[in-house]
Amino acid sequence: MSTETETPAPEQPESAETTEPRPNFMRLFGRYLIEANSVMVTIYSLVMAFFIGAVLLIVSDEGVRSTWTYFFARPQDALSASWNLVYDSYLALFQGAILNLNTLEAFRAGDVEFGNLLRPLSETLLNATPLIFTGLAVGLAFRAGLFNIGAQGQMIFGMLGALVIGFTLNLPAAIHLPLAVIAGAVAGGIFGAVPGVLKATTGAHEVISSIMLNNIAALFLVWAIGSQFLHSETKSELVTKPVNETATLPTLLSSFNPSLRVNLALLLGVAAAVFVWWLLSKSTFGFRIRAVGFNEHASATAGMRIGATYTTTMAAAGALAGLAGAALSLGVGASGITTNTALEYGFDGITVALLGRAKPGGIVAAAILFGALKAGSLSAQPAVPVDISILLQAIIVLFIAAPALVKAILHLRAPRGGLVTLEAKGW
Amino acid sequence: MRLELKGLTKKFGSFTADDDIDLVVEPGQIHAVLGENGAGKSTLMNMLYGILQPTSGEILIDGEPVDFSDPGEAIAAGIGMVHQHFKLVGPFSVADNVQLGREHTRFAGVLSAGAARRAVRDVSEQYGLHLDPDAICEDLPVGVQQRVEIVKALSGPKTELLILDEPTAVLTPAEITELLQIMRNLAEGGTSILFISHKLKEVQAVADTITVIRRGKVVAELEPTASESEMASAMVGRAVSLQVDKSAAEPGEPRLEVTDLTVVTDAGVKALDGLELTVHAGEIVGLAGVEGNGQTELARSILGLLKPDAGHIAIDGEDVHGRNPARRIKAGLGYIPEDRGRDGLVAEFSVAENLVLNQYRDAPFASSGVVNASAVDRRAVDSIAEFDIRTQSPDESASSLSGGNQQKVIIAREFSRPRRFLVAAQPTRGVDVGATQFIHSRLVAERDTGTGILLISSELDEIYALADRIAVIYNGRIVGEVDPDTPREVIGRLMVGGRLDDETDTADDEADSGPEAAAVVNDAEVETETETDVETSTETDEDANGGDR
Repeated sequence: MSTETETPAPEQPESAETTEPRPNFMRLFGRYLIEANSVMVTIYSLVMAFFIGAVLLIVSDEGVRSTWTYFFARPQDALSASWNLVYDSYLALFQGAILNLNTLEAFRAGDVEFGNLLRPLSETLLNATPLIFTGLAVGLAFRAGLFNIGAQGQMIFGMLGALVIGFTLNLPAAIHLPLAVIAGAVAGGIFGAVPGVLKATTGAHEVISSIMLNNIAALFLVWAIGSQFLHSETKSELVTKPVNETATLPTLLSSFNPSLRVNLALLLGVAAAVFVWWLLSKSTFGFRIRAVGFNEHASATAGMRIGATYTTTMAAAGALAGLAGAALSLGVGASGITTNTALEYGFDGITVALLGRAKPGGIVAAAILFGALKAGSLSAQPAVPVDISILLQAIIVLFIAAPALVKAILHLRAPRGGLVTLEAKGW
Repeated sequence: MRLELKGLTKKFGSFTADDDIDLVVEPGQIHAVLGENGAGKSTLMNMLYGILQPTSGEILIDGEPVDFSDPGEAIAAGIGMVHQHFKLVGPFSVADNVQLGREHTRFAGVLSAGAARRAVRDVSEQYGLHLDPDAICEDLPVGVQQRVEIVKALSGPKTELLILDEPTAVLTPAEITELLQIMRNLAEGGTSILFISHKLKEVQAVADTITVIRRGKVVAELEPTASESEMASAMVGRAVSLQVDKSAAEPGEPRLEVTDLTVVTDAGVKALDGLELTVHAGEIVGLAGVEGNGQTELARSILGLLKPDAGHIAIDGEDVHGRNPARRIKAGLGYIPEDRGRDGLVAEFSVAENLVLNQYRDAPFASSGVVNASAVDRRAVDSIAEFDIRTQSPDESASSLSGGNQQKVIIAREFSRPRRFLVAAQPTRGVDVGATQFIHSRLVAERDTGTGILLISSELDEIYALADRIAVIYNGRIVGEVDPDTPREVIGRLMVGGRLDDETDTADDEADSGPEAAAVVNDAEVETETETDVETSTETDEDANGGDR
């Protein structure tokens, strides 16, 4: 008791503060920069990740490494070779993710049309779309104190749910598409509710059960694709039937250039983020989620039903992950899904939620960053090893998850409210 | 050891926790430091023990200035500390806990169990502490665990000054008496004791000198002959009345009827064993008892968090069987939980959010699933004013409030909605004198509006101050219902399983073995009767004796 009660009484520090000379904006901003608050930790984490990535690029390139062997004889060789390698690699990532400078030149010369310029951005956003949903799926559960590892499995079921409605029904697009999207959400939601129900009724830890459910979903997907009901009638490899034209998500920018694949799901993702924000901060359900997430005992004492909250939150999280699946199976170019379609979007959602600090706005930003890294690394191959992008993601998250590390390395000041470290209960 | 503090000051940023503290502890003296929560007592002790470093001023030991940069140096200089929250390794034996950090070893670092045991025996015999070096700490009653802490502190290389930080907060009345005796023994043996407390009776009983601090400053040096109200006034800085003004109760119809309530824990122990209790409208029934005798289970059963294995609970005349807590709360059940931090508040939530924690779905705070933030804010502003909650704003997180103000948030929440019956468990635990006074008067005012109140408290003072009727719980049963003018000793005897008409002095023996006896009885699951005689409760007494045998 003494430790908490002997802290300065609330009134005093405030009154003392007002007597201090009022610092101007630049001073405040300067102080903000050297403080380990969550924004600056995120920025520094990015910078440090790219720095470490650069070191690894240099170390892993044999040509550059050899110039370091005679560093003391001719240091400029090693330095310029290293600089060039790092510069070229990161430039390639940039060109693949945001803007291709060669295309820009060609556009200036009038050789290509404007739409081509947007291609890297379109790819970035296309890759970001499922991550927004899975990030929200993990982030929402996080706020209820649940660690939803199961976004991958929920997404797979969402993918299948949307697919089945997408190719079995023949309806006008105005009905068919929403129906298929909803089917994805429902399938993911039902699958997501399972760990919630297990936790509420038997106390089974959601991490363990959702990890296992991921395996079940992944293997179920392999079996389902091969089943007669889903398997493509025209192709022999493991791929399903494509969804009907009426159930595909319309593209947003294909009027500029047909190669721009980003589709309506992006807007749905942003809308979902806004909805989750509203849910958490404005609704009574969100009030309950946050209360239970912070302190289930006090919530139970206040009459909230803890088990029901776990179940509904997990169902909602599953529905969000299911939407990621719908975005994949109803997206353009999804000529049926394969065992590869899901990639690791569900697992990456955990990272995205961490990076976005379980806040909807942060999750959207983090998803776009990861989408950019993915799009960049895909187009920069083989000049830049694809591992570098994965590595960058890993290092960024490592630093974000350990703000004390960033604070110590850069000798930052402690922020006012203390370091922000995300944690789910049971870990 | 003669300890002297000269102008000791500690600042945290612009906040001064301790301001120019002067204090002298003579050898073999018990020096009490009295102050409210947040007065700067713990900061002072932490400086003495090397956990914090003073901003200015000095600490002199036998006239020599010392400068501790960590507790190790303080221990080396002869200072031992018993923390309010024990720092014991539960599964370790007493001897292992005592030698923790300075293990007795043979050559090559092999632990010497014999030497450790001997050390414990020596120290505990010297001061009459009665400790079994081989007992496992987590199995021991709290009072014995504290003795382990004391032996640990005394086992320093040359401990001559013992700091006891709020040592009685967790103890039963019998254990407190025992501790005070131990302190006297230690002082007679030449150990100086610095005794931190906010409990006036104990300070009065044991201290040689009393220093009162308020807001980081020494405000009074008192003799132990000072009256309680003198001490309280010095602590709070204004005249306080320790008496609660209340008129005689006018009990109405029953608001809580508990019949034959039985709760069996997961471990198979009967936490509640056919408990019978009735609380009427307009009365405060004080439930006295040593903690862990079923109070928690009773409170949780009334709220509906615990499903009883047998028996009935009726609130306001209606059997609440099968109703969840939300329904009971809505029907007018108020609940002040014993563990404020765990069950009462969501620390990360704002004061405003905490004030509507059990009404967030009801009008006017929400409509069709959307929280009405302005209504929540309005309620917060009103409650903060009415209940004098000291907070910078309604949006401040509950964790930033002092314990007393956190408790006021809970009281405000429960008192700002229609209520028929209130369970108040340890309503003033860890709350300073000023807030205690406020909470007590609110409880009495609440009673006068006709609410039935069950007051669960381990502080007999509180029970005596508020209760219109006292029920004593022991081993999951009500073993006696008495008037509030019943002498303390009688209730104390009932609390440890004695009986009302017991005139012999065996009560003291039972006080010693009370908790153990209780445990044994529980293990044996004695089921001799179903009918509980609340007036004499001879059965329970026999149970306890059975345990003693």
